[in-house]
Parts: sequence; C-alpha cells; structure tokens
Amino acid sequence: MERLGTLRRNMLRVTGAVAMSAVLALGAGACSGGDDGKGGGGDGGITIGFMGDLTGENSGLVIPPYQGAQLAVEQYNATNPKTKITLKKYDSQGKPEQATTLIQGAVKNDKITALIGPAFSGESQSVGPILDEAKIPSITPSATNVTLAEKSWKYWHRAVADDAVQGTGAGGFIADQVKAKKVFTVHDNQDYGKGLADSIANVVKPKGAQVQTDAVDDKASDYSSTVNKIKQFNPEIVYFGGYYSVAGKLFKQLREAGYTGKMMSGDGSLAAGLVEGAGQKNAQGALLSCGCVIDAEGKVSAKSKKFAEDYKAKFGSPVAIYSSEGYDAATALIEAIKAGKTKSEDINAFLKTVDFEGVGKRIKFDDKGELASQDIYVYQVKDNTIPLLGKSTEAKPA
Amino acid sequence: MLDNFVNQFWPNTIDGLSLGAIYALVALGYTMVYGVLRLINFAHAEIFMVGTFASVFTIQALGVSEVGGLGLIGVVVLLALVSGLVSGGSAVLLEATAYRPLRKRGASRLAALISAIGASIFIQQLFATIGVPLLFDTSKEAGKLPVNSHFVERSNVIDLGPIQVSNDKLIIFLGAILMMIALDQFVNRTKLGRGIRSTAQDPETAVLMGVNIDRVVTATFLVGGIMAGVAAALYIVRFEQAWYFTGFLLGIKAFTAAVLGGIGNIRGALVGGFALGLFEAYGASIFGSGWKDVVAFSVLILVLMFRPTGILGESLQQARA
Repeated sequence: MERLGTLRRNMLRVTGAVAMSAVLALGAGACSGGDDGKGGGGDGGITIGFMGDLTGENSGLVIPPYQGAQLAVEQYNATNPKTKITLKKYDSQGKPEQATTLIQGAVKNDKITALIGPAFSGESQSVGPILDEAKIPSITPSATNVTLAEKSWKYWHRAVADDAVQGTGAGGFIADQVKAKKVFTVHDNQDYGKGLADSIANVVKPKGAQVQTDAVDDKASDYSSTVNKIKQFNPEIVYFGGYYSVAGKLFKQLREAGYTGKMMSGDGSLAAGLVEGAGQKNAQGALLSCGCVIDAEGKVSAKSKKFAEDYKAKFGSPVAIYSSEGYDAATALIEAIKAGKTKSEDINAFLKTVDFEGVGKRIKFDDKGELASQDIYVYQVKDNTIPLLGKSTEAKPA
Repeated sequence: MLDNFVNQFWPNTIDGLSLGAIYALVALGYTMVYGVLRLINFAHAEIFMVGTFASVFTIQALGVSEVGGLGLIGVVVLLALVSGLVSGGSAVLLEATAYRPLRKRGASRLAALISAIGASIFIQQLFATIGVPLLFDTSKEAGKLPVNSHFVERSNVIDLGPIQVSNDKLIIFLGAILMMIALDQFVNRTKLGRGIRSTAQDPETAVLMGVNIDRVVTATFLVGGIMAGVAAALYIVRFEQAWYFTGFLLGIKAFTAAVLGGIGNIRGALVGGFALGLFEAYGASIFGSGWKDVVAFSVLILVLMFRPTGILGESLQQARA
C-alpha cells in the first residue's frame, strides 16, 4: 500500500511536469517574425510593425488586416515618397506571452516607429503598457475589448468599434429587428467572448427578453451539454461570443441536434472558417455582427469599391474581415508620415487630429483612442459567402 | 440547476455514453501499455490524432457526402479499418523508435516517460508543419487549422419521446462495445492474449516460461493502436473534424478514464470511459458547461481517495474470463 502511495505521488508529480513541459513546448513552438518589406528610401525610411496571429488557429481573422495594411503601404511606397515604409510582421499566434516577447524585440532591436495591432484583445492587454512606456503609437484594426480604452494609454488607438458598441448594436438588432423574446448566449470564457455575450444579455434583458447563458471550452470538440440546454430553453436566437473555430463546431452540433432557431455570433466568427467548420448546410442563415466593413461588392462607397477591386487584384481573394480596417489603420499612419511626421511622438500627436474618410469608415479618434464612428454592421451566411446585410439598425434578417 | 439535470437527463445520458465510448476505446491503449510495461504512453493521444486524419483523408479520397442508413455503416467500417491500420501501425512504429531502444538499454521508467512526451510533441508538430499540408494539399500555414469533412446524414433511429438517439451516436456506442468484446476475447482466449496477461502479471517469469516479450509488447501497442484508430474513426463520424491538437485534451480525458477505472485493468478502462462521459454530461447540465471538467476531475479525486486503485482496481492479470 505504501509503495503504491509513493508510486502514485511520483506519477502525479510527473503528470504535472508533463503539463508544464507541454505548455513550454507550445509557447516555444513558433516564434519568428518574417521580414518581407522592401525598405530603403530617400532617408532610410521607417519601420512599422504588424502584430497578430498570422499562422495560428484564428489566423483567418488576422491575415486580411495584414494584407490590407500591406496594400496601403505598397500603394504609398509606389508613389516614391521621401520616407519609405517597411512593414514588418510579428506573429504572436494571438498569445499574450509571445506578443510580450516579440514587442520587446520590435522596440529594442527593430526600432519600429509605430505598430498596427496587436490583433486580439488579450495580447493587446500585455503589449499596451510596453508601447506606452516606449512612446510608440499603435492602431489595432481588430482588438475590441472595452477595457483597452480605459487604461489611459496615450499611444493606443483602434480603427474599429469596441465590444460594448458591438453588443449594443447586435443586441438592438436581436431585440428590434429579430424581435426575439428568448435569447440564449454562449461564450468561450475568454475576455473577448464573455464580454460580448454579457453585453448582448444586458441590452436585450431591459427590452423584455428572457436570457439564459452557458460557457464552452474552446479546446473541446463536444458541446452536447450546451446544445441540450439550448434545446430545452428553445430560444428564437442563440448568440455566441467567441471565435469562428468554436462557433463552427457549436452551430454544427446545434443544427444536427435539430435546433431550428436563429444563430448569431460576433466579429470573431466572421470568417470563411465558420462555414467550413459548421458545414455549408448547417451554417446557412447564420448572422454575424461586426464593427467592421466588409464590402466585396462596393456598396458602401466609391472608395470601398476601389479598395475591394485593388485587394482582389493583389491577393486573388475578395476583401475579408478587417481588411479595410487594416488598410485604414495603415493609412492613418501614412497620412502622418506624408505630413512629415516621422518620429513616434509626432505621429502620435498627429493621430489625435487625423480625420479622413477611410475605405471602411470615417477615421477619427477621440481622446481615448477610440474610433468616433459607432456603426455596427450585420452579415448573413449565404452558400459559402458571408455578404453584408446592412447596418444593425436597419438590416432585416432573411 | 437541478431541474436542468432532470429535464435534460436523457439527452445528456445518450451524449455522455457516446462520448464515453470514445474515451473508453482510447483509454484501452493507455491501460494495456501500462499493464504490460508500467509505462504511461503519453504519445497514445497522438496515435488517436493520426487516426482522425486517416479517416478524414479517406472520406475526402472517397468523395462521399450525405451518407446515412446502411451506407453509413459501410463507410464507418471502412474508416475503422483504415484508421485502425494506420493508428496500429503508427503505434508499433512508435514503440520501435521511442521505447524499445530505451528498454533494451535498461533505461529508467522516467526516461521512457520523457521519451513519450517528446514523441507526442514530435508527432503533433510533424502533422502541423508537414503532414497536414502534404496530405490535404493546403498551404503551409494551414497545417495548424482543423480539416473538415462533412459526410454524415444524421437522423434519429430511436425516437421514444424524450429518448432520441441519432444514427451516428448509436453507431459509436455499438461500434465501441463490439471492439471491446473483441478485445476481451483476444486477451482472454488467444495465445498472444495469454502472453500479454502473463507479462503483465510477472514479466520475468513470463520470459522463463517462453513468452517472447518483444512480440508481446509489439502486440500490445498494435492492439492499443487499433483501438485508438477505431475510436478516431467513430470520433470523425460524430465531429467530422481532424486537428493536430485534438489528441491533447482527448488524451488527458482518456488517461483520466483509465485511472478512474483502474489503470492496467481492461474492463476498468471501459467503466472509467463511460463513467467519465456521464459525469461530464451530468456535471455540465447541473453546474453549466464551463464546469464540466471540474466536476469530472473532482469525481476522479473522490474515487481515488476511497479507492486508490480506481473503480475496478489495478492490474491486467486479474481480468480473466
């Protein structure tokens, strides 16, 4: 018995070590920032970084804004300006600890003048203070967590509406356009997903809707217990706060279990991977809310039409999530450089006053770094595309 | 809370059993290797993962879609064959490269454990960086993304009011039971099975009695691998998605199931798998899905406090007919 006791203790210790080493190995798995800018120019040029999950599980959300930024920089460099821009990418895999290491290298070794990103909220939380201390301005195309604007970082901006705005917009859509009386919210227990799901609940409850909530594990593949809760509650709409890899699995299992109501998610799920994960049949009609403009058909403005055409010509695929935000974030920095601001501090001061019509929305930051525009857009899955349905206050679900 | 448990009892029971069946099949591999070598083969999770890719690859090669009814059974049998062979082969290869050299040199069990972890990470990264892009002809970056393949046409085959069982869940449950019976017969009725049991009981005496240890170890890994491969095929029928990292969580769960039932005990792995599946489903319905792992592991700790050797106790040697 005693021998067994020690054996088991040893085994437990070993299991702990296994978990640790697995985590370490994962962290060290892939961490190299590529350099694909051209660089060099009249005065040696400046380097702008782009940080986000460029190869990981949710890279479908980050590659389009990177390509948007790349397009803006290339178009600018093609005009043969005095100060050329090198866009350097930092692949954080969306992991805060990896982003922290990368940003220190970017500041100290690569001497970046400004940063586009980090793409996600979690990594932004850890990168923000470092950039603030180093006095380097950043514009994130896609990190939407509300608390980011409340840190009083002086060098931080975002080119997209935050989760609270998205929650209000999507919640308003659920209450006023869908007219749902029973709403089930699901989230993945992370900053972004939970924040979004909670704000939806807070908007629809006062409007008289019954709300139930459940959380899922993003690493798991079986969501049957959540599905069973939803079937029991039988809501008119299920809103999932989280990323597309989970949304795909959840929507698939919901439809397969015979749930027939509406399914909706946020910007984190607005990617082709949602349709692939859920299966085209199961994903049909799923709704997505986003502060972003994805306008492949060029309906919004002439500028967005031209951007959609240029993007398609360059990358061979239609504009996707946050590609216009990535383009606009880069454009804001380019505007500063065009105005002769090449020092980080001068660019930051310029960003306080920048005001132009971007390819997506009007780009103007308030004193916290938040985008002035508060519009939320709704998209709906049709076949294997996710076209724009309209603004959340006007869109009518099919 | 509790009314959720009562109202969703039947759907959760059915989901718990079908997921538990997959846990149990994977747990068999952990428990058999432990029984024979006293080694926790952490790379077993990756053997399962390899099987899921084999299944998805087969489906894409066949180009089937929307299969239901008897056709689905045929497809499942084919997938189980392919995945079973691929996983079984991988397990034998794993043993020959990662464990046998250490065993021959009389390395400590801890060294074998480190080798297991190394092999596990190696196989994962092999698939993420080379395997998936090569097999599915995607870009290099896409190796870390899940590969989807939708091919099952689901329908309810049992429909008794609250008790509704869909065809895929029934196939998983019955398929797993069938494999377990086959394994039980193999271990208890065949000569090689007797070799496995005797090695588990006392390796030295087994050698003296003329048991070829290498053959027994290879057979153990092969059988464990085949079980994981069949589990992978059944998993694909249900979830239709292969991912290089799938093995991690499922492996931990299956290992837990093996410990819960009594590691080294084949029937224990079955009991542990089904019990864990049910605890998770019920725990999730009572406390919310975010708590299901907490519930499952609390149950594990409770069981180990009162029965340190698991529900059915340790050792393969006691599993006789």
